[in-house]
Amino acid sequence: MRFYEFEAKQLLAKQGVPTPSGGVAETPADAERIATEVGGAVVLKSQVLSGGRMKAGGVKFADTPAEAKAAAAEILQLEISDQLPVSVLVEAKAGIKQEYYLGVTYDAIAKQPVAIFSDMGGIDIEEVAEQHPDHVAKRNFSALLPFSDYKMKELIASLGIGGRELTTLTRIGSRLAHTFLKYGLTLAEINPLSQLDDGSFVALDCHLDMEDEARDLQKDLLAEMGIDADETRQGRPPTDFERRGAQVDQVDARGVAGRVVEFDGDLGLVIGAGGGSLTIFDAVQRHGGNPANYCEIGGNPSVLKACELTKLVLSKPGVDKIAVIMNVVSNTRVDIVARGVVKGVIEAGFEPSDKIVFFRIPGAWEGEGFKILEKYGVEYGDRTVSMSEAARRAVEKLGAS
Amino acid sequence: MPMFIRVEVDPVAAADNDLAAKLVEVCPVNIFEQDVSGACTVVEANEDECVLCDLCIEAAPAGQVRVIKLYE
Ligand code: SF4
Repeated sequence: MRFYEFEAKQLLAKQGVPTPSGGVAETPADAERIATEVGGAVVLKSQVLSGGRMKAGGVKFADTPAEAKAAAAEILQLEISDQLPVSVLVEAKAGIKQEYYLGVTYDAIAKQPVAIFSDMGGIDIEEVAEQHPDHVAKRNFSALLPFSDYKMKELIASLGIGGRELTTLTRIGSRLAHTFLKYGLTLAEINPLSQLDDGSFVALDCHLDMEDEARDLQKDLLAEMGIDADETRQGRPPTDFERRGAQVDQVDARGVAGRVVEFDGDLGLVIGAGGGSLTIFDAVQRHGGNPANYCEIGGNPSVLKACELTKLVLSKPGVDKIAVIMNVVSNTRVDIVARGVVKGVIEAGFEPSDKIVFFRIPGAWEGEGFKILEKYGVEYGDRTVSMSEAARRAVEKLGAS
Repeated sequence: MPMFIRVEVDPVAAADNDLAAKLVEVCPVNIFEQDVSGACTVVEANEDECVLCDLCIEAAPAGQVRVIKLYE
């Protein structure tokens, strides 16, 4: 769940992270008033959940309150990625001496949070990591133990920062890490974290994402911020395909078969189990495949749910084949998923042996599942075939068809 | 028409209202229903959801309920 920039800044400010002076304007007149209060030049930023605001014209500068009013009027009318802004953030524009990057997210390989620091802020951190790896430093830390400020100091000092800068950046970075842990965030990022001409630091832009599962635990905070329980807060509105995916997941209460995200590839994916979806999606891409969708199956869904999900994936224009791959399952039954997928393919008017390029779900009741696949001539693999190998075979078979 | 599982109840046993109620109670995926006379009917739309738990077979006299795997 994403926060708008103004919400993220309010949350960070509450935790002691310095943010620019200013306010949130819902009308051009508000913007004029805030610019008057700030005094001097301001920056006006469209409050949408998607990125690319600068390129789209959603960020403007104004030297006077009258200019701020006119700029806000333009921004409030401007759709970015099909979203109209909820408001405009009006902030003091200050002279910048140096820009840094500070971020905290999860490191799936280390299975721990990771703090990231760069002395090249203001640009995409992935770009910096690729082109200037010596300007990016990372440190993992425990999500269970209290966060130690020393970890942050060590991280920042590793790029040669010392003196007053090191002390201030350590304090801001530690507060960011505390915020990340306290509020169940999946990403807490300040970019740029700017040192101004007067030597002070300020979070000029920031991005906070909360884990969807944490929303219940954080309901008091969300209520305080005026965020409704039914606000999905994704980076873009769901597509029709994704909306239908959510409906599939609601056909009954058993398990999960949905959480669909649309992509523009040609290989339909019916994937899941124990974090398997992300691994399999990545493996398909690594082997040169183009996924048509992401989805999640788990918790022993009904035959009906697996069937409806399969039909949905097959209904997507450009999808010619599907791969059914999951991690080893324990509570989800292989035979139930096999029934659902085979049924879905047949109800969509196709032959399972033709449409399913590869089926790899090892685990509970796999013997029964494999009998079903054999009857319908579907190529399958057991646990001796890794998820990566299953993805490779699926991609290879799609390419050969 | 089910594709994977067919459930059959012997007609005489199906007419036994007590047995019918028991079958409705034990089946975790609602494959049995009682009609207006209280007799047991099989819900065709749910047969493929059968989890092969055998609770219906154990609840009925031997041989009166059969769960047939159509893929074998
Ligand atoms: S075997 Fe279990 S799930 Fe299947 S019909 Fe009998 S009681 Fe229902």
